[in-house]
Amino acid sequence: MIQRGHHDMGGLDAGKVERTEHDYAGWERRVDALVMLMRRHRLTVDESRKNIEALPPEAYDRMSYYERWVASLAQTLIQRGIVTSDEIGRKMEDVCKRNT
Amino acid sequence: MQAQYVTHYPLQEKPLFEAGERVRVRNAAPPGHIRTPFYIRGCAGEIERLCGAFPNPEELAQMRDGLPAKPLYRVRFAQKDVWPDYKGSPADVLEIEIFQHWLEKT
Amino acid sequence: MTDRGKYQPLSYFQLMEVTLRELLVEKGLITEEDVRRQVDDMRARTPERGARVVARAWSDTGFRQRLIDNGTKACEEIGLEVAPMRLVVVENSPRVHNVIVCTLCSCYPRPLLGIPPDWYKSRAYRSRMVREPRAVLKEFGLEMKDEIQIRVHDSTADMRYMVLPMRPAGTDGWNEERLASLVNRDSMIGVALPMAPESKDR
Repeated sequence: MIQRGHHDMGGLDAGKVERTEHDYAGWERRVDALVMLMRRHRLTVDESRKNIEALPPEAYDRMSYYERWVASLAQTLIQRGIVTSDEIGRKMEDVCKRNT
Repeated sequence: MQAQYVTHYPLQEKPLFEAGERVRVRNAAPPGHIRTPFYIRGCAGEIERLCGAFPNPEELAQMRDGLPAKPLYRVRFAQKDVWPDYKGSPADVLEIEIFQHWLEKT
Repeated sequence: MTDRGKYQPLSYFQLMEVTLRELLVEKGLITEEDVRRQVDDMRARTPERGARVVARAWSDTGFRQRLIDNGTKACEEIGLEVAPMRLVVVENSPRVHNVIVCTLCSCYPRPLLGIPPDWYKSRAYRSRMVREPRAVLKEFGLEMKDEIQIRVHDSTADMRYMVLPMRPAGTDGWNEERLASLVNRDSMIGVALPMAPESKDR
C-alpha cells in the first residue's frame, strides 16, 4: 500500500499559486447539487473524499475538481448499491444517442 | 437523521488530554481514509482546546457509522517545529484538528 | 439541459452528471426540482453573507465575542442559518494574522462564502500555505511584518474556519451595510485585507 496519499499534499514543493477562478458551468453546479442532495440518503462527505483519494495520481492531477467529484459520486453510489455499473453504462449509452 | 448532523455527541470517556498539554502526533502511515495530514506526523505541539467528540472519519469513509464518537482536539504547532527550514517568524504557528487516537503524550 | 450556447458533445464527465442525475430521479431519490433548487441555493450563498457577519462583529463587541465563542449560533442571531456547519471564526489583530487552508481537499465555510475559488483547491495553495505562508501571502500582495504572528488553520476535521479581519481605519460611524461593502471574500480566507474606505467614496 502507498504510505502517503496523493491528495495529502501539505508541505510538498509546488510552483506559484495561479489565482485562477472560473464561473462554474451548469454541469459543475449540478454535480455539486447532486452530492449535497445525496446527503439526505446518508452518503457521507467521508465516502466522497475516500473515493476522490482513490483516483490514480495522474487522473487526480489531470481531472478538474468537479470531474473528480462526479467520478467519486459514481463510485459511492455503486458501493452503496444505489446504482449498478450496468445501469450507469446503459444510461450513458442512451444519453449519448440522444445527444447525437 | 444521519449521524453526521447530530449537533453534539456525548463524550464516552474522559478525554486523555487537556488544554495546554504537550502532545505528539503518532508517526504511523496506515492505509485507508486518514484525516491526519502526513506532514504533521511525528510532530510535537500543544493542545489548544478540546473541540468535542465526533464520529471517526476513517470509519465513516467505509460506510460505517464511526461511533462511538472520538475526542477531537485543536492542536497548535510552532512552524519551526514542523519544518526544519522554516523561514518565517519563530512565533508563527499551524493549527490542525486531530483525533485523540492519533495523539500521544510526550 | 439548455446551458450550452452552441452544440458541443458532452465530455465523459458531463455525460456522467446527466446519467447519474437521471438515474437518481428515476429511482425516486431526488427530483429535477430538488436539483434546480439546490443549485439556486448555492448560487445565493455568496461572500456577502460572510461580509454581513464581519460587519456586525465590527459594529457590536458583544456579537463579536459571541461569534468567536460559537460561530454557528452567532450567525443564527442575524438570520444566517449555517448549521450543520460548525463555524470557527478566528480573529485578526495588530499582532496576529490568520489564514485558512484545507491541505487534504477543499473544506471551506461554504454557507457563508459560497463555492471556493479554483486557486483555493489548487496543488500550489494546498501544499505551500502550511509550509511557507509568508511567501504565499506575498504572492497575494500581502507582506506581513515579522512582528506579526501568522496562524495557519488547516481544516482537517469537522470545523470550518473564517477569518474576522481587522476593521479598517477611517470607518468611524459607518453603518453595517457600508462596512460590509469593504469586506471581500479573500479577506475572510486571510489572503487579503479588507478594502480601504477611500475605495468606497460616498
